Amino acid sequence: MKEFMFIFKAPYYEDLNLSAQEAESNMYKWINWVKQLRSEGVYVEGRPLMKGGKIVSGKNAVATDGPFAESKELVGGYFIVKANNIEEAIKLTRGYPDFDINGSIEVREVMVVPKPAEA
Amino acid sequence: MSHESPQQVVEHLFRHESGKMMAVLTRVFGIHNLSMVEDVVQEAFLKAAQTWRYGQLPDNPAAWLMRVAKNKAIDIIRRQHLTRLYSEDLAQQLQAQADEAVETAAQFFLDTEIADSQLRMIFACCHPSLKEEDQIALTLKTISGFSTAEIARALVTNEATIQKRLYRAKQFLQEEHIALEIPIGNQLTERLEIVYAVLYLLFNEGYNSCKEDELIRRDCCVEAMRLVVLLSNHAVGNRPATFALLALMCFQASRFESRIGENNTIILLQHQDRNTWDKDLINKGFQYLNHSSQGQELTIFHIESAIAAEHCMAGSFEQTNWERMLYLYDLLLEQKPTALVKLNRAIVLAQLDQAGQALREIRQIEGIDKLLATQYLYSAVMGDLYSQVGDCINARKLLQQAHELTTSLAEKKLILEKINQLEKIHLS
Repeated sequence: MKEFMFIFKAPYYEDLNLSAQEAESNMYKWINWVKQLRSEGVYVEGRPLMKGGKIVSGKNAVATDGPFAESKELVGGYFIVKANNIEEAIKLTRGYPDFDINGSIEVREVMVVPKPAEA
Repeated sequence: MSHESPQQVVEHLFRHESGKMMAVLTRVFGIHNLSMVEDVVQEAFLKAAQTWRYGQLPDNPAAWLMRVAKNKAIDIIRRQHLTRLYSEDLAQQLQAQADEAVETAAQFFLDTEIADSQLRMIFACCHPSLKEEDQIALTLKTISGFSTAEIARALVTNEATIQKRLYRAKQFLQEEHIALEIPIGNQLTERLEIVYAVLYLLFNEGYNSCKEDELIRRDCCVEAMRLVVLLSNHAVGNRPATFALLALMCFQASRFESRIGENNTIILLQHQDRNTWDKDLINKGFQYLNHSSQGQELTIFHIESAIAAEHCMAGSFEQTNWERMLYLYDLLLEQKPTALVKLNRAIVLAQLDQAGQALREIRQIEGIDKLLATQYLYSAVMGDLYSQVGDCINARKLLQQAHELTTSLAEKKLILEKINQLEKIHLS
């Protein structure tokens, strides 16, 4: 099996002005989705990213606060899942609860880099 | 409940923690900053939802949330070092360092202080200047973390009405600078009366209804009981009346499952399967009843829980000790001479083969004509009694009236069955 990374891009709940209850019920959908993936044995890990951050660029490696993409394209977190191929990986995105709020998932295969043969 | 999924654990957590966080934060910032406090709680929840959804729940989600709330509070204190933001407790320290204010605020987040803060909040929500309906809405919102929609469903009204009540109540608390304190002396006794009344009403709102939105109604009952337990565990609430109220709620709640039938019909006490009554709750009820008998005080809750206990002790409806019931209702009538108690007493009379007398007494209730015209329960009971004494014409008239008055489909169904029954008797 190959490993795929789900990169989640969706507006933050704060920016959408969701009520605590709405965010809560959204979170249950996520938790159930993760539960489902776990039971299928394809969930490897998943973590949120802190909001904000810096972009370092240029010859002088200047760190700036942005520009970040539009709010709806912010990366909020990622999953690593197992699948045989990209089509299977895409099928696993079906339970993603944030399609409703303009969220999207970038699905990328994680490359396996062979360890150098022992000398 | 040992089979709770993580989701359910979190669900209860959100509701309960929000009340705790509201109480503690309000103690830090003062009730005049209630809106800001709500924002902080909301932000903490959003942060939790945003963080936990990728598959990692913290070991102690409750503590996690409280820590976020605490950090946000400390942030605000450091950032906005303005007099108006603080409660009286902190304002005095404004001359001193922000660090000291932070330290004082941090004290409020200690476990030992949290229950205390919640009680203060309950007492504030039950302020005597607020209307009863506002007190209940505010309690559900701030202490129990219900959303506006949930409150509307629980109280069988619409969201706009609830929003109006909450707005009115908050406006009052903020403008009048109501202190978040536990009253002392006579004031405490008076305020406790209101707290009891509000919690009992909350319980009844959840209890006295049919299956529609059963979940939210159950939550109402559970919340009311949780808050009475909280009260009973605290020095100010550790008194016989509190235990009597708890006993009453346990007895009532023990029948929660049994009062609704398969087709969403209400099952009357006499038809309930007594084997399905929750024995644990009944036992707890008797324990609390025991506890409540210390001291000289005989409150309404003592009598009402004694009445409920009689039902629980009877092997069947017929075996109920109606003589004792009548005695208890006479006692209750002395303290609570309301139309509803009189109506219930009349029902007991009818069980003692005095349906005629029961009808006479109901007719003597003050304002009975208006009650009959507006509240289905009165016409339903009278209709029943008329049918017992064989007056089919009046029975039909009143049952039809009850049928029109009630909004509950389950009640409608039940009354219709009785009317049909009447037709049969009449025809035969």
